[in-house]
Amino acid sequence: MKQEETDFEVRSLDTMCVNESELVHPWWYNFKYAAVGVIFGIVFIKAEIISWFRIQEMFKLQSFHMYGVIGTAVVVGAISVFLIKKLKIKTVHGEEITFTNKKFNKGQIYGGLIFGLGWAITGACPGPLFAQLGSGALAIIVVIASAMAGTWVYGKFREQLPH
Amino acid sequence: MIEKLTQPWPWYVAGAIIGLIVPTLLILGNKHFGISANLRHMCAACFPSNIPFFNYDWKKESWNLFFIGGILVGGVISTQYLSSPDPVIIHPDLAKELTQFGITDFSGLVPIQLFSFESLFTLRGLIMMVGGGFLVGFGTRYAGGCTSGHAIMGLSDLQWPSLLATISFMIGGFLMTNLILPYILAL
Repeated sequence: MKQEETDFEVRSLDTMCVNESELVHPWWYNFKYAAVGVIFGIVFIKAEIISWFRIQEMFKLQSFHMYGVIGTAVVVGAISVFLIKKLKIKTVHGEEITFTNKKFNKGQIYGGLIFGLGWAITGACPGPLFAQLGSGALAIIVVIASAMAGTWVYGKFREQLPH
Repeated sequence: MIEKLTQPWPWYVAGAIIGLIVPTLLILGNKHFGISANLRHMCAACFPSNIPFFNYDWKKESWNLFFIGGILVGGVISTQYLSSPDPVIIHPDLAKELTQFGITDFSGLVPIQLFSFESLFTLRGLIMMVGGGFLVGFGTRYAGGCTSGHAIMGLSDLQWPSLLATISFMIGGFLMTNLILPYILAL
């Protein structure tokens, strides 16, 4: 039980995935998330969100496209979250939908700046990397492996970094 | 219909669909939209190395790995069946600038002259693929999320630390594209 608690602490600090569901589903239930992923992957490609050129245009203020995509997504997402909270909508399995408040730590600034630098070089955040790979740019496997290495090094030296 | 689908989709369509992924994941199983955590799950699954940060029950988060698996398949499907024959339109100023650095192939979403196995053997390619990837993996975990976890999910839930993170992403990106990247591209 103790182990579980620290586990939650660690995860709620570092990721949005704080899945404390008590329900146990067969593993293949996860395919519903894969189906959502497929739609996301198609949007990534068809709206050219995974295009290195679109990302450069965004950071050079040469195109409104990416601002439009992210802005619309946030507005639609925010309205949805508001409605879910307001109407106390439950999951399809009847579970309560929960939200965890994010706590401030300096990592959001330092790490954010570091990620921003990498985003502009690779022209991709983590999601688009997988869509790029799917689109046939096989060399992106190197970028993904390197991103894993970056995550690993962060995990290794986490205690020494300012948070 | 298919004709419309193969054209590049406008930002408001893409933005609305991405925004709807937030409630879809919540309603399907109380899952919070996020992607970069997968890099951590992959580390935890493959190289936990006794590092406390990677010693957790990653299988509990396996939905997230299915999610990115889906993204990959979505990439395959849209490239195979929904791709447009027209070249990607690029801002003329950007095209002009990139041409100075020898980047002339604008046919793909990923510039083949920068991101390919061959370019790994050039200093420029090595810095961009390996260095860039490293910064993405290190930075997202240090920040506790990426564009999806912070900029979309976090902002949708009106979390101010996510706003700080998103502003930091943008500052980092502006610095790189406008001040540092020209030097890397000149290599």
